[in-house]
Amino acid sequence: MDYGLTEQQREIVELARQIAQKKIKPVREHYDKTEEFPWPIVEEIAKADLFAVYLPEECGGLGGGTLELALVAEELSKACGGIALSVATSALCAIPILLYGTPQQRKRWLSELASGKRLGAFTITEPGAGSDATATKAAARLDGDHYVLNGIKNFCSTGSAAELYTVFASTNPNRGARGISAFVVEKGTPGFTFGKKEEKMGIRANSTYELVFENCRIPKENLLYKEGYGLFVAQDTFDCSRPGVAAQALGIAQGALDETLAYIRMRKQFGQSISSFQAIQHMMADCATSIEAGRALLYSTCRAMDRELKPAVDKAIQEGTTVFEAMEKLGSRRWTKESGMCKVFCSDTAMRVTTDCVQMCGGIGYMRDFPVEKYMRDAKITQIYEGTNQIQRNEIAMMMIKEAASKSRKELVSA
Amino acid sequence: MAENPGKGIWCVAELRHGALVPTIFELLSAARSLDQVSKEGVCAVVLGGPGKTAPAAKEIASRGAQRVFVLEHALLDGFLEEAYARALKDLIEREKPSKILLPASVAGRSLAARLAVACRAGLLGDVTAVALDSSGNLEALRPCYGGNLLATVAVRRGLQMATVRPMAFPRAAQASSSGEVVAAPVDPSSWGLRGRFAGFAPEESKEIDLSSAEKIVSGGRGLGSAKGFELIRDLAHALGAAVGASRAVVDSGWIAYRHQVGLTGRAVRPKLYVACGISGQVQHLAGMSSSDVIVAINSDPQCPMMKLANFAVQGDLHQIIPAVVAEIKKQRG
Amino acid sequence: MNIVVCVKQTPASANLPIDLATGRIKTEGLQLGVNPFDEYAIEEALRLKERLPGSSVSVLSFGAAAAEEALRSALALGCDEGILLYDPAFEQSDSLATAHLLCAAVRKLSKAKGAVALVLCGKQTNDGESGQVGAALGAWLDWPAASCVKKIPQADDSKIVVERLMEDGVDTVELPLPAVVSVIKGINEPRLPSLKGKMAAKKAVVARWGQAELAADVSQIGASSASVVVKTAPPETRSAGMTVPGGSPEEKAAFLVQKLKELKFI
Repeated sequence: MDYGLTEQQREIVELARQIAQKKIKPVREHYDKTEEFPWPIVEEIAKADLFAVYLPEECGGLGGGTLELALVAEELSKACGGIALSVATSALCAIPILLYGTPQQRKRWLSELASGKRLGAFTITEPGAGSDATATKAAARLDGDHYVLNGIKNFCSTGSAAELYTVFASTNPNRGARGISAFVVEKGTPGFTFGKKEEKMGIRANSTYELVFENCRIPKENLLYKEGYGLFVAQDTFDCSRPGVAAQALGIAQGALDETLAYIRMRKQFGQSISSFQAIQHMMADCATSIEAGRALLYSTCRAMDRELKPAVDKAIQEGTTVFEAMEKLGSRRWTKESGMCKVFCSDTAMRVTTDCVQMCGGIGYMRDFPVEKYMRDAKITQIYEGTNQIQRNEIAMMMIKEAASKSRKELVSA
Repeated sequence: MAENPGKGIWCVAELRHGALVPTIFELLSAARSLDQVSKEGVCAVVLGGPGKTAPAAKEIASRGAQRVFVLEHALLDGFLEEAYARALKDLIEREKPSKILLPASVAGRSLAARLAVACRAGLLGDVTAVALDSSGNLEALRPCYGGNLLATVAVRRGLQMATVRPMAFPRAAQASSSGEVVAAPVDPSSWGLRGRFAGFAPEESKEIDLSSAEKIVSGGRGLGSAKGFELIRDLAHALGAAVGASRAVVDSGWIAYRHQVGLTGRAVRPKLYVACGISGQVQHLAGMSSSDVIVAINSDPQCPMMKLANFAVQGDLHQIIPAVVAEIKKQRG
Repeated sequence: MNIVVCVKQTPASANLPIDLATGRIKTEGLQLGVNPFDEYAIEEALRLKERLPGSSVSVLSFGAAAAEEALRSALALGCDEGILLYDPAFEQSDSLATAHLLCAAVRKLSKAKGAVALVLCGKQTNDGESGQVGAALGAWLDWPAASCVKKIPQADDSKIVVERLMEDGVDTVELPLPAVVSVIKGINEPRLPSLKGKMAAKKAVVARWGQAELAADVSQIGASSASVVVKTAPPETRSAGMTVPGGSPEEKAAFLVQKLKELKFI
């Protein structure tokens, strides 16, 4: 379907498609098998400027927004959702810096992430703090010009490969949720080491690590915004990044369906192509319909977000403030509900579509030699990370209740 | 040079490090078919280092060339476009042939282009059939656009040249009488040669060369892995065939590029082409569909290669190929 | 080092629709791209440019106005300038005439921006497939040349060493510069463009040189080419063969080997 993409957006899609089809497809099986980090492909993605699409021009970006990021994530995920994750985690590291970083912090770190010369990662989860981030145990204590960071983070995507990490830690344990702060920590900082490397079901072309901070001294300037704002940073980041997960999920679904279609048109049983059987046809139609519905929701949400986000970025650059402050001044709204809807719908779609694709392919679909089962394994994580789909539904419902309450208040006033 | 005042059809032999490439005998058949009409005589030229051409010249003279010009010089020992083109041009200016055929090999193609410019000749490249048009000009067929089209091309001024695709003509047999070998003078003093032939590393595996192979066994995706090429080599060995491959498996690194048949690989025209596990994408078909006899071994009876094949063998190639190899051995005893 | 790459815009698909009435390729709606072999020449030029500081890469294409797109693709990859050679007087040029036009353009470039040291071409095009243009260009320029080059192990401002893939092995040839080299697939892995490169290429000015600029020898080009295409037609299709009968692999093998024996392949 023609979504009226601009010329630059079409170029982005085309280039991402070429990388996916020419560079990623031939090697995805290798990385899935070995769990090696796909450095040669990441270099290709960087050279093509695909790490830069959503970042402002002042820091080496191409001036796009969440839609551009989604287009890249979707297109790369059509070939391999695991390899595409390198782009998504860099964005997850960059977005908090973009939203809450000072102009100096933006220039310093975003240009490195835009060039793809350094990868980024985001780390909030702890052994005891998953969906409940308020239970964060990692702590940062101010000591002169440095914060001293202690604690353990786990399940960090692009762990070890990334060189910049946004890390969440409590600066005031007495204040609970209001005591959490966000920091940028560079790989190589003394006291920052990597623990266990996880072995995973899917997205095996990405490295998932435990991060260990032991008296890790980080410069005071690495604090994002103010102490105690960490959970706001995380929530606003997720609002902007969840469309990226949705896009990854959509790409996985589309990639699986494309492989499946090629196979079922060729596969013959009872003397005819199995694509001529209605049982298969209905599954094909349902898969395609959900994907297209997800895409329509995702692109519309991204566009609506970018219409507010981009003027705020411009204003922040002009006035030398943080983007978050510019958004407050412009009266930008929160996108928790819509971005959660994108993530829920597209990731649930991805799980169902990839399961159906394995089913349509039959026995061969279950085999490692055939690419379809990998899509099914890769799809699962999209229902889990950046907030499980259950948490998403909670948040969507919460926003609905809040909106309804505020609407009824307004009605009372006007009556 | 609108007129072509010359007389005689020449065939240029390719001598590779002492070994005569058999394409010369294909050129001789093509030349003789033209000469049946034009009656101007068929000659050959062989170039090489000092003392290296005699056996080849003798062999060529015995297979239908009335005269074999021999150009020997240390500078002609290894193939260098500049040197070969200048030596030939000097001979052409003295002897004035009307038509020259060269093999459409790596060396033949680039030599022909360089020589054609030097002589302001017309050149038809990589042709598969030759004839004379009503005014006696050289006319030829050449496949183009990846085998999608067959073009009829003709020379209309100057010396008339063509490079002929290997295997497009039968090889000339022994003639009843042998032609004359003529040592022609080579004087490089006016050439102003700049390039230098610095060395040659022969293909180590001693595999049969694809482009002039009479039989080729090719493997594709259906082999499953690089290891599958052992089957291809077994069958190629049993048949005395060269080993070919589809683009997909070359790109996957299962076998070296020099084995690739097709649009971005080599165009081949063997008498027998055995395609194993190759579905037959157009790019591949473009490089081999003019083979005389095609055998396809594939599990998918509907794929293009199976439809194109003279003999389509449906089944698992991992079972079929060993059975064929065993059967050949049995037949040979 | 001033490097020139010659590229051609050719059909991007291998499956070409043929107009049976005229025997020609149907051109409307045909997707075009840079000839695949030329992509290796562009990549090799860019690698030499990166290796030899102060180098520049100019790209030449002889073709219709639409061939400007092929030049822009090369610019997006990092080439410095693109020049389209187009003039109605150039039409019907055969491969030797095409090389003659490219020769005139290389000479003009040498005059304009300093001596061109190296011209790189693809081994052949995927439409005409003659594989003659590189060697013919070397002849017109009267420069040393090598075809089917698989590696350039050595290059400096005065000389290059090339490895040429022959049927029986690999030749090594030394060419003092200036020289012309045509390259094969496998010499490198062509890069993809960057988005920033693509954006810049869209805005770049592509020069157009016609006969007024080139002043080529009219007795050698266009309708005066030494060879002519008389007609084109689709090749005859092969008639369908037979399915080898038999149940077990052994039965099928026995039947096939019997047939191959009858045909004297065994």
